[in-house]
Amino acid sequence: MIDAPFIVEVRNVKKSFKDVHAVKGVSLSIKPGEFVALLGPNGAGKTTLVEMVEGIQNPDEGEIFISGLQWKNNQHELHQLIGLSLQETRFMDKLTAYETMRLFASFYKLDAHRVDEVFALIGLEDKKKAFVDNLSGGQRQRLALGVALLNKPQILLLDEPTTGLDPNARREIWNILLGLKKSQNTSLILTSHYMEEAEYLCDRIIIMDQGTILAQGTLAEILALGGGHRSLDELFISLTGRHLYE
Amino acid sequence: MNKITNHQLYRLVVAHFAEIIREPAVIFWGVIFPILMAWGLGIAFTQKTGVHAKIAIVRTEQTIDGRKSKLFAGLTENGIKKDSSYLVTLKNEKLGDAQLNYFETSSSNAYRLLKKGKVSVIIEDSNRGSKYSFDPSSQDAKAAYQLAADFEQNGTKSYAKMQESIVPLTLKGSRYVDFLIPGLLGMGIMMACCWGISYTIIDRRSKKLLRRMVATPMRKTNLLIALITARFFMNLAEAILLFIFAWIYFDVTIQGSVSALILLFMAGNIAFSGIAILISSRTASSEVGNGMINAIVTPMMVVSGVFFSYHNFPDWAVSVIQYLPLSMIADGFRTIFNEGGTFVDVWREAVILASVGVSTFVIGIKTFKWY
Repeated sequence: MIDAPFIVEVRNVKKSFKDVHAVKGVSLSIKPGEFVALLGPNGAGKTTLVEMVEGIQNPDEGEIFISGLQWKNNQHELHQLIGLSLQETRFMDKLTAYETMRLFASFYKLDAHRVDEVFALIGLEDKKKAFVDNLSGGQRQRLALGVALLNKPQILLLDEPTTGLDPNARREIWNILLGLKKSQNTSLILTSHYMEEAEYLCDRIIIMDQGTILAQGTLAEILALGGGHRSLDELFISLTGRHLYE
Repeated sequence: MNKITNHQLYRLVVAHFAEIIREPAVIFWGVIFPILMAWGLGIAFTQKTGVHAKIAIVRTEQTIDGRKSKLFAGLTENGIKKDSSYLVTLKNEKLGDAQLNYFETSSSNAYRLLKKGKVSVIIEDSNRGSKYSFDPSSQDAKAAYQLAADFEQNGTKSYAKMQESIVPLTLKGSRYVDFLIPGLLGMGIMMACCWGISYTIIDRRSKKLLRRMVATPMRKTNLLIALITARFFMNLAEAILLFIFAWIYFDVTIQGSVSALILLFMAGNIAFSGIAILISSRTASSEVGNGMINAIVTPMMVVSGVFFSYHNFPDWAVSVIQYLPLSMIADGFRTIFNEGGTFVDVWREAVILASVGVSTFVIGIKTFKWY
């Protein structure tokens, strides 16, 4: 494995579904330990972009390198490097949280010891024996996050991890992620509708709309674009004429 | 680290098995329902149910003058009168008792009752003898006519006499229930595989769980093999319970080779598991899945001879039907259960069924949509 300065490199990637150009030539690079937010309204191409990085979708054009490797021919290595949660994954209703975690742990050849560690990390120890369909929305999202963390991934890809959660549940997830950054130098790509999430968690913010990147930088940098906006929403309106979260 | 309990195939099988048995409805539909069906059909077609004929009598003017016709003389002697109806019971131990229920009524009302199916024969009674009106294409009406005509001419003795020449067939393996149980076992495999496996896959796909699972180092074939394995153990348990019931309650026994039976059972599971994977290889919509499963399952349930022999179909149809997977399973099971069949009798069926399963599995997995 080449020791690349960037853990993720996306080079001029394009993807279309039938007549819809979901991603129209996007490039971005992410350093180890960097937290990046992809912000944009529904249909901006965030999920498609993330799923291409996850290896779930193939780009029509362009290249994606993760730790210097491409998905083609390196699936096994890359599955070990990444952890992910999809938008609204629903696990098997009649399994307990613990059984769900054991199942996914077995895919990475991990044992019960690692499962216990992850339960401690996501603070869901008291719900180990609860069936998945009896968990609250926030608990399910934490379980999904726990599943993503089992293999101690170097890069974490979370697609709207806190959508639909109340502020407390959202903050709990943020704190788990910030803890990981400190302890394991994990990189993160996160898609979100929420400006506070990007502000609170991420080193860099990428604003996407209609399959392209409109702006990127630190919060201060992108707010300075076009002369000092007070908030991301205001910036977004000035870039596109629409609200960020519709 | 190398413990079997950490292996992905083990955990997948355990997860799928837990999912099956934790659904209370599964226990009902998978275990109790087939037993109820076996019980109900077994009872309905095994008991000596004698004929129960309902007959309308229309008295013509000649019989109203007070003189009794032969029929009414018989009815008064042998029947139990209640209002304007007579009940005659013809006794026969071997054939089962026959009951003739006569209703005396007006001509127009008699035809009304016939149209509603409340009577099957109308007798116009007169002193010169009776006229019988009925639909000759109906077996029930014909039987009722024969009994009623015999009773009118000969009274109750004639029916009772018939038993001398009758040898009732209660030989093991030749009763309806012996035909039914192997068929139900075969149908259980088909239903459980097609609904259980296909539905689980379609549900996982629509919930994006398949997508999530293949974004890990999980081997894709392991997921499908685990689904099939968990389903197999459940099917085995269901089949054993149904057999135990049939054995205790109806004294159904396996006259042939048990190991040949197990082989055929496994081959049947492989066949329908493969078919189930193929059915569910593309769609994420449960409505589409529903339709496809029904399109496969319903024709076989009707024509493959689970409940009644398919040899009543025309010859050209039989030559096709006998090679349907469910027909091969049901026929093979019957050979083993009722005719003492062994490997020699069922190995061809087992090989064909297993090949069907493997090839549909391979085609299914080649076209499988994980995302």
